[in-house]
Amino acid sequence: MKRFAILIAAAAALTPAAAQAHLVVTGMGPIYDGVTHFALSPEDILPVLALALFTGLRGPRHARLALAALAAGWFAGGALISALGLTLPPILAPAMTAALLLVIGGVLAANLELKPWPCAAAAAALGLMRGAADLSGAGAGGSAILNTLGMTATAAALFALAASVTLPLRRLWMIVAARVAGSWVAAAGLLLAGWLLRYGAQVS
Amino acid sequence: MGWVAALAATLAALIPSAASAHLVAGESIGFVSGFLHPISGWDHIIAMVAVGIWGAQLGRPAIWALPVTFPLVMAVGGFFGLIGLKLPGSEIAIALSGLCLGAAVAFEWRAPLPAAAVLVGLFGLFHGYAHGSELPPGQNALLYSLGFIMATGLLHGLGISIGLMHRWLWGQRALRLAGVMISCGGAFFLWRAAA
Repeated sequence: MKRFAILIAAAAALTPAAAQAHLVVTGMGPIYDGVTHFALSPEDILPVLALALFTGLRGPRHARLALAALAAGWFAGGALISALGLTLPPILAPAMTAALLLVIGGVLAANLELKPWPCAAAAAALGLMRGAADLSGAGAGGSAILNTLGMTATAAALFALAASVTLPLRRLWMIVAARVAGSWVAAAGLLLAGWLLRYGAQVS
Repeated sequence: MGWVAALAATLAALIPSAASAHLVAGESIGFVSGFLHPISGWDHIIAMVAVGIWGAQLGRPAIWALPVTFPLVMAVGGFFGLIGLKLPGSEIAIALSGLCLGAAVAFEWRAPLPAAAVLVGLFGLFHGYAHGSELPPGQNALLYSLGFIMATGLLHGLGISIGLMHRWLWGQRALRLAGVMISCGGAFFLWRAAA
Protein backbone atom coordinates (compact mmCIF):
# COMPACT_ATOMS: atom_id res chain seq x y z
CA MET A 1 0.00 0.00 0.00
CA LYS A 2 2.82 2.33 0.95
CA ARG A 3 4.69 1.58 -2.25
CA PHE A 4 1.53 2.10 -4.26
CA ALA A 5 0.91 5.51 -2.66
CA ILE A 6 4.51 6.61 -3.35
CA LEU A 7 4.30 5.39 -6.94
CA ILE A 8 1.05 7.27 -7.57
CA ALA A 9 2.40 10.47 -6.02
CA ALA A 10 5.69 10.27 -7.95
CA ALA A 11 3.91 9.62 -11.23
CA ALA A 12 1.54 12.52 -10.58
CA ALA A 13 4.42 14.86 -9.74
CA LEU A 14 6.15 14.06 -13.00
CA THR A 15 3.12 14.91 -15.13
CA PRO A 16 3.07 18.55 -16.25
CA ALA A 17 -0.41 19.72 -17.11
CA ALA A 18 0.80 22.37 -19.50
CA ALA A 19 4.27 23.37 -20.52
CA GLN A 20 5.08 27.05 -21.02
CA ALA A 21 8.34 27.17 -22.88
CA HIS A 22 10.98 29.82 -22.27
CA LEU A 23 9.26 31.45 -19.31
CA VAL A 24 10.96 31.82 -15.98
CA VAL A 25 8.18 32.55 -13.56
CA THR A 26 8.92 30.90 -10.26
CA GLY A 27 6.07 32.53 -8.42
CA MET A 28 8.57 33.64 -5.79
CA GLY A 29 9.26 37.10 -7.13
CA PRO A 30 11.63 38.70 -9.63
CA ILE A 31 14.84 37.96 -7.69
CA TYR A 32 14.19 34.22 -7.78
CA ASP A 33 13.06 34.55 -11.41
CA GLY A 34 16.53 35.99 -12.14
CA VAL A 35 18.23 33.21 -10.18
CA THR A 36 16.28 30.58 -12.10
CA HIS A 37 16.92 32.26 -15.43
CA PHE A 38 20.66 32.09 -14.85
CA ALA A 39 20.56 28.54 -13.52
CA LEU A 40 18.70 27.32 -16.61
CA SER A 41 20.78 29.18 -19.21
CA PRO A 42 23.85 27.29 -20.43
CA GLU A 43 24.90 30.39 -22.40
CA ASP A 44 25.24 32.19 -19.04
CA ILE A 45 26.75 29.33 -17.05
CA LEU A 46 29.43 28.12 -19.47
CA PRO A 47 31.45 31.34 -19.92
CA VAL A 48 31.20 32.11 -16.18
CA LEU A 49 32.49 28.64 -15.32
CA ALA A 50 35.32 28.85 -17.87
CA LEU A 51 36.45 32.27 -16.64
CA ALA A 52 36.25 31.13 -13.01
CA LEU A 53 38.41 28.08 -13.78
CA PHE A 54 40.92 30.29 -15.58
CA THR A 55 41.21 32.98 -12.92
CA GLY A 56 41.30 30.28 -10.23
CA LEU A 57 44.29 28.72 -11.95
CA ARG A 58 46.01 32.12 -12.10
CA GLY A 59 45.64 32.83 -8.36
CA PRO A 60 43.51 34.47 -5.65
CA ARG A 61 44.19 38.07 -6.69
CA HIS A 62 43.08 37.38 -10.25
CA ALA A 63 39.95 35.57 -9.05
CA ARG A 64 38.94 38.27 -6.52
CA LEU A 65 39.29 41.11 -9.02
CA ALA A 66 37.46 39.17 -11.71
CA LEU A 67 34.63 38.29 -9.30
CA ALA A 68 34.04 41.95 -8.44
CA ALA A 69 34.26 42.99 -12.10
CA LEU A 70 31.89 40.24 -13.22
CA ALA A 71 29.24 41.16 -10.67
CA ALA A 72 29.54 44.90 -11.42
CA GLY A 73 29.46 44.31 -15.17
CA TRP A 74 26.47 41.94 -15.03
CA PHE A 75 24.40 44.33 -12.95
CA ALA A 76 25.40 47.33 -15.08
CA GLY A 77 24.60 45.50 -18.33
CA GLY A 78 21.19 44.33 -17.15
CA ALA A 79 20.25 47.59 -15.46
CA LEU A 80 21.35 49.74 -18.40
CA ILE A 81 19.54 47.82 -21.11
CA SER A 82 16.35 47.59 -19.10
CA ALA A 83 16.50 51.28 -18.11
CA LEU A 84 16.99 52.28 -21.74
CA GLY A 85 14.25 49.87 -22.85
CA LEU A 86 16.46 48.41 -25.55
CA THR A 87 16.10 45.10 -27.33
CA LEU A 88 19.14 43.49 -28.87
CA PRO A 89 18.87 42.19 -32.45
CA PRO A 90 18.10 38.42 -32.36
CA ILE A 91 21.43 37.48 -33.92
CA LEU A 92 23.50 39.53 -31.47
CA ALA A 93 22.97 37.52 -28.25
CA PRO A 94 24.04 34.12 -29.69
CA ALA A 95 26.89 35.83 -31.58
CA MET A 96 28.15 37.31 -28.32
CA THR A 97 27.83 33.91 -26.65
CA ALA A 98 29.88 32.27 -29.41
CA ALA A 99 32.59 34.94 -29.16
CA LEU A 100 32.72 34.71 -25.35
CA LEU A 101 32.98 30.92 -25.36
CA LEU A 102 35.64 30.96 -28.04
CA VAL A 103 37.81 33.60 -26.35
CA ILE A 104 37.44 32.53 -22.71
CA GLY A 105 37.62 28.81 -23.53
CA GLY A 106 40.68 29.43 -25.71
CA VAL A 107 42.42 31.43 -22.97
CA LEU A 108 41.70 28.64 -20.46
CA ALA A 109 42.85 25.90 -22.85
CA ALA A 110 46.11 27.78 -23.48
CA ASN A 111 46.41 28.63 -19.75
CA LEU A 112 47.72 32.08 -20.73
CA GLU A 113 49.84 34.01 -18.24
CA LEU A 114 47.59 37.08 -17.95
CA LYS A 115 47.92 39.81 -15.33
CA PRO A 116 44.98 40.43 -12.92
CA TRP A 117 43.65 43.53 -14.69
CA PRO A 118 43.12 41.96 -18.12
CA CYS A 119 41.27 39.14 -16.32
CA ALA A 120 39.09 41.71 -14.55
CA ALA A 121 38.44 43.49 -17.86
CA ALA A 122 37.40 40.20 -19.47
CA ALA A 123 35.09 39.48 -16.53
CA ALA A 124 33.51 42.95 -16.77
CA ALA A 125 33.00 42.50 -20.53
CA LEU A 126 31.44 39.07 -19.95
CA GLY A 127 29.12 40.49 -17.29
CA LEU A 128 28.09 43.47 -19.41
CA MET A 129 27.34 41.32 -22.47
CA ARG A 130 25.43 38.56 -20.69
CA GLY A 131 23.58 40.96 -18.40
CA ALA A 132 22.47 42.99 -21.40
CA ALA A 133 21.53 39.86 -23.37
CA ASP A 134 19.48 38.43 -20.49
CA LEU A 135 17.54 41.64 -19.87
CA SER A 136 17.15 42.56 -23.52
CA GLY A 137 13.55 43.52 -24.19
CA ALA A 138 12.56 43.29 -20.52
CA GLY A 139 11.70 46.98 -20.34
CA ALA A 140 12.22 49.40 -17.47
CA GLY A 141 10.82 48.82 -14.01
CA GLY A 142 11.58 47.61 -10.53
CA SER A 143 11.12 43.95 -11.42
CA ALA A 144 13.79 44.16 -14.14
CA ILE A 145 16.31 45.52 -11.63
CA LEU A 146 15.44 42.80 -9.13
CA ASN A 147 15.67 40.24 -11.91
CA THR A 148 19.15 41.51 -12.74
CA LEU A 149 20.07 41.40 -9.08
CA GLY A 150 19.08 37.74 -8.85
CA MET A 151 21.10 36.86 -11.95
CA THR A 152 24.11 38.87 -10.75
CA ALA A 153 24.10 37.20 -7.34
CA THR A 154 23.87 33.72 -8.89
CA ALA A 155 26.61 34.45 -11.42
CA ALA A 156 28.87 35.77 -8.64
CA ALA A 157 28.14 32.76 -6.41
CA LEU A 158 28.87 30.26 -9.18
CA PHE A 159 32.04 32.13 -10.12
CA ALA A 160 33.28 32.19 -6.51
CA LEU A 161 32.54 28.48 -6.03
CA ALA A 162 34.20 27.38 -9.27
CA ALA A 163 37.25 29.61 -8.75
CA SER A 164 37.67 28.36 -5.20
CA VAL A 165 37.67 24.79 -6.50
CA THR A 166 40.51 25.49 -8.93
CA LEU A 167 42.57 27.78 -6.67
CA PRO A 168 44.28 24.93 -4.80
CA LEU A 169 44.87 22.81 -7.93
CA ARG A 170 48.58 22.19 -8.27
CA ARG A 171 48.76 18.65 -9.61
CA LEU A 172 49.37 18.44 -13.32
CA TRP A 173 46.41 16.21 -14.17
CA MET A 174 44.01 18.58 -12.38
CA ILE A 175 45.33 21.58 -14.31
CA VAL A 176 45.15 19.54 -17.51
CA ALA A 177 41.52 18.64 -16.75
CA ALA A 178 40.68 22.35 -16.41
CA ARG A 179 42.49 23.10 -19.68
CA VAL A 180 40.67 20.28 -21.47
CA ALA A 181 37.38 21.77 -20.23
CA GLY A 182 38.55 25.08 -21.75
CA SER A 183 39.21 23.43 -25.10
CA TRP A 184 35.70 21.95 -25.03
CA VAL A 185 34.16 25.35 -24.28
CA ALA A 186 36.17 27.02 -27.08
CA ALA A 187 35.23 24.24 -29.51
CA ALA A 188 31.54 24.62 -28.59
CA GLY A 189 31.85 28.37 -29.22
CA LEU A 190 33.37 27.80 -32.65
CA LEU A 191 30.63 25.35 -33.61
CA LEU A 192 28.00 27.79 -32.37
CA ALA A 193 29.56 30.45 -34.63
CA GLY A 194 29.24 28.03 -37.54
CA TRP A 195 25.56 27.39 -36.75
CA LEU A 196 24.97 31.16 -36.66
CA LEU A 197 26.59 31.67 -40.04
CA ARG A 198 24.54 28.84 -41.50
CA TYR A 199 21.14 29.37 -39.92
CA GLY A 200 21.40 33.01 -38.78
CA ALA A 201 19.03 34.29 -36.11
CA GLN A 202 17.03 31.01 -36.11
CA VAL A 203 19.69 29.57 -33.82
CA SER A 204 18.36 29.38 -30.30
CA MET B 1 2.25 5.55 7.66
CA GLY B 2 2.69 9.19 8.62
CA TRP B 3 5.83 9.70 6.59
CA VAL B 4 4.29 7.98 3.57
CA ALA B 5 1.37 10.36 3.67
CA ALA B 6 3.74 13.31 4.10
CA LEU B 7 5.85 12.16 1.13
CA ALA B 8 2.80 11.58 -1.02
CA ALA B 9 1.43 15.00 -0.09
CA THR B 10 4.78 16.69 -0.83
CA LEU B 11 5.09 15.03 -4.20
CA ALA B 12 1.48 15.82 -5.01
CA ALA B 13 2.16 19.45 -4.10
CA LEU B 14 4.90 19.48 -6.70
CA ILE B 15 2.43 18.75 -9.49
CA PRO B 16 2.93 21.71 -11.79
CA SER B 17 -0.27 23.27 -13.03
CA ALA B 18 1.95 24.86 -15.62
CA ALA B 19 5.57 23.90 -16.10
CA SER B 20 7.73 27.02 -16.44
CA ALA B 21 11.01 25.33 -17.04
CA HIS B 22 12.70 27.73 -19.43
CA LEU B 23 13.13 24.96 -21.94
CA VAL B 24 13.62 26.14 -25.45
CA ALA B 25 12.06 23.69 -27.90
CA GLY B 26 14.57 20.98 -28.69
CA GLU B 27 16.90 21.87 -25.82
CA SER B 28 17.25 18.40 -24.32
CA ILE B 29 17.07 16.84 -27.77
CA GLY B 30 19.91 19.15 -28.77
CA PHE B 31 22.30 17.91 -26.10
CA VAL B 32 21.42 14.24 -26.45
CA SER B 33 21.53 14.20 -30.24
CA GLY B 34 24.80 16.17 -30.18
CA PHE B 35 26.23 13.68 -27.68
CA LEU B 36 25.11 10.71 -29.75
CA HIS B 37 26.41 12.05 -33.05
CA PRO B 38 30.15 11.25 -32.64
CA ILE B 39 29.39 7.80 -31.22
CA SER B 40 27.01 6.87 -34.00
CA GLY B 41 29.68 5.70 -36.44
CA TRP B 42 32.49 3.20 -35.84
CA ASP B 43 34.78 5.01 -38.28
CA HIS B 44 34.74 8.00 -35.92
CA ILE B 45 34.88 5.96 -32.72
CA ILE B 46 37.99 3.92 -33.59
CA ALA B 47 39.92 7.02 -34.66
CA MET B 48 39.09 8.98 -31.53
CA VAL B 49 39.90 6.10 -29.21
CA ALA B 50 43.16 5.58 -31.14
CA VAL B 51 44.12 9.22 -30.50
CA GLY B 52 43.79 8.62 -26.76
CA ILE B 53 45.72 5.34 -26.85
CA TRP B 54 48.51 6.84 -28.94
CA GLY B 55 48.74 9.82 -26.59
CA ALA B 56 49.08 7.43 -23.64
CA GLN B 57 51.80 5.49 -25.45
CA LEU B 58 53.72 8.69 -26.18
CA GLY B 59 53.42 9.85 -22.56
CA ARG B 60 53.70 13.48 -21.40
CA PRO B 61 52.96 16.00 -22.84
CA ALA B 62 51.31 14.18 -25.76
CA ILE B 63 48.90 12.34 -23.43
CA TRP B 64 47.00 15.57 -22.90
CA ALA B 65 48.19 17.72 -25.82
CA LEU B 66 46.67 15.42 -28.46
CA PRO B 67 43.21 15.20 -26.84
CA VAL B 68 43.21 19.01 -26.43
CA THR B 69 44.26 19.48 -30.06
CA PHE B 70 41.73 17.09 -31.57
CA PRO B 71 38.44 18.70 -30.35
CA LEU B 72 39.66 22.20 -31.19
CA VAL B 73 40.73 21.31 -34.72
CA MET B 74 37.63 19.16 -35.09
CA ALA B 75 35.54 22.20 -34.21
CA VAL B 76 37.38 24.13 -36.96
CA GLY B 77 36.42 21.31 -39.36
CA GLY B 78 32.84 21.43 -38.06
CA PHE B 79 32.83 25.18 -38.64
CA PHE B 80 33.96 24.66 -42.25
CA GLY B 81 31.22 22.06 -42.73
CA LEU B 82 28.58 24.33 -41.25
CA ILE B 83 29.44 27.32 -43.42
CA GLY B 84 29.32 25.10 -46.49
CA LEU B 85 33.02 25.04 -47.37
CA LYS B 86 33.89 22.12 -49.65
CA LEU B 87 36.51 19.72 -48.31
CA PRO B 88 36.73 16.87 -50.84
CA GLY B 89 37.61 13.31 -49.89
CA SER B 90 36.52 13.61 -46.28
CA GLU B 91 35.18 10.03 -46.10
CA ILE B 92 38.48 8.66 -47.39
CA ALA B 93 40.45 10.85 -44.97
CA ILE B 94 38.31 9.61 -42.05
CA ALA B 95 38.93 5.98 -43.03
CA LEU B 96 42.64 6.76 -43.43
CA SER B 97 42.67 8.24 -39.93
CA GLY B 98 41.65 4.87 -38.46
CA LEU B 99 44.23 3.09 -40.59
CA CYS B 100 47.12 5.48 -39.81
CA LEU B 101 46.38 6.08 -36.13
CA GLY B 102 45.88 2.33 -35.64
CA ALA B 103 49.25 1.75 -37.31
CA ALA B 104 50.87 4.39 -35.06
CA VAL B 105 49.50 2.50 -32.03
CA ALA B 106 50.46 -0.91 -33.44
CA PHE B 107 54.06 0.13 -34.14
CA GLU B 108 54.27 2.42 -31.07
CA TRP B 109 55.52 5.16 -33.35
CA ARG B 110 57.49 7.63 -31.19
CA ALA B 111 56.62 10.66 -33.30
CA PRO B 112 57.85 14.12 -32.18
CA LEU B 113 55.02 16.07 -30.52
CA PRO B 114 54.61 18.65 -33.35
CA ALA B 115 54.38 15.87 -35.97
CA ALA B 116 51.87 13.92 -33.85
CA ALA B 117 49.80 17.07 -33.23
CA VAL B 118 49.76 17.97 -36.94
CA LEU B 119 48.73 14.43 -37.93
CA VAL B 120 46.00 14.23 -35.29
CA GLY B 121 44.86 17.78 -36.10
CA LEU B 122 44.65 17.02 -39.81
CA PHE B 123 42.48 13.99 -39.22
CA GLY B 124 40.42 15.92 -36.65
CA LEU B 125 39.70 18.53 -39.32
CA PHE B 126 38.11 15.93 -41.60
CA HIS B 127 36.16 14.27 -38.78
CA GLY B 128 34.79 17.66 -37.73
CA TYR B 129 33.97 18.57 -41.32
CA ALA B 130 31.95 15.37 -41.79
CA HIS B 131 30.00 16.05 -38.60
CA GLY B 132 29.56 19.76 -39.33
CA SER B 133 28.13 19.22 -42.79
CA GLU B 134 25.58 16.77 -41.31
CA LEU B 135 24.41 18.87 -38.36
CA PRO B 136 20.62 19.10 -38.41
CA PRO B 137 18.73 22.38 -38.06
CA GLY B 138 16.12 22.89 -35.36
CA GLN B 139 18.31 21.84 -32.44
CA ASN B 140 19.57 24.00 -29.61
CA ALA B 141 22.88 24.94 -31.19
CA LEU B 142 24.90 25.50 -28.02
CA LEU B 143 23.76 22.34 -26.25
CA TYR B 144 24.12 20.29 -29.41
CA SER B 145 27.69 21.57 -29.85
CA LEU B 146 28.48 20.92 -26.20
CA GLY B 147 27.15 17.36 -26.34
CA PHE B 148 29.06 16.77 -29.53
CA ILE B 149 32.37 17.99 -28.08
CA MET B 150 31.87 16.21 -24.76
CA ALA B 151 31.25 12.87 -26.47
CA THR B 152 34.41 13.37 -28.53
CA GLY B 153 36.42 14.24 -25.44
CA LEU B 154 35.07 11.25 -23.54
CA LEU B 155 36.06 8.95 -26.40
CA HIS B 156 39.59 10.32 -26.08
CA GLY B 157 39.37 9.77 -22.34
CA LEU B 158 38.36 6.18 -23.00
CA GLY B 159 41.37 5.78 -25.27
CA ILE B 160 43.70 7.28 -22.63
CA SER B 161 42.24 4.97 -19.96
CA ILE B 162 42.84 1.96 -22.19
CA GLY B 163 46.32 3.29 -23.00
CA LEU B 164 47.29 3.43 -19.32
CA MET B 165 47.91 -0.32 -19.46
CA HIS B 166 51.07 0.63 -21.37
CA ARG B 167 53.00 0.52 -18.07
CA TRP B 168 52.89 -3.28 -18.08
CA LEU B 169 54.56 -5.52 -20.64
CA TRP B 170 51.38 -7.49 -21.32
CA GLY B 171 49.55 -4.18 -21.66
CA GLN B 172 52.00 -2.95 -24.29
CA ARG B 173 51.37 -6.10 -26.32
CA ALA B 174 47.60 -5.77 -25.89
CA LEU B 175 47.74 -2.16 -27.05
CA ARG B 176 49.72 -3.11 -30.13
CA LEU B 177 47.13 -5.77 -30.90
CA ALA B 178 44.40 -3.15 -30.42
CA GLY B 179 46.30 -0.93 -32.89
CA VAL B 180 46.29 -3.73 -35.45
CA MET B 181 42.53 -4.17 -34.98
CA ILE B 182 41.95 -0.42 -35.34
CA SER B 183 44.04 -0.42 -38.52
CA CYS B 184 42.00 -3.31 -39.90
CA GLY B 185 38.84 -1.34 -39.12
CA GLY B 186 40.31 1.68 -40.91
CA ALA B 187 41.19 -0.50 -43.92
CA PHE B 188 37.62 -1.80 -44.02
CA PHE B 189 36.18 1.72 -43.96
CA LEU B 190 38.70 2.81 -46.61
CA TRP B 191 37.60 -0.03 -48.85
CA ARG B 192 33.96 0.91 -48.28
CA ALA B 193 34.63 4.63 -48.93
CA ALA B 194 36.54 3.88 -52.13
CA ALA B 195 33.95 1.37 -53.40
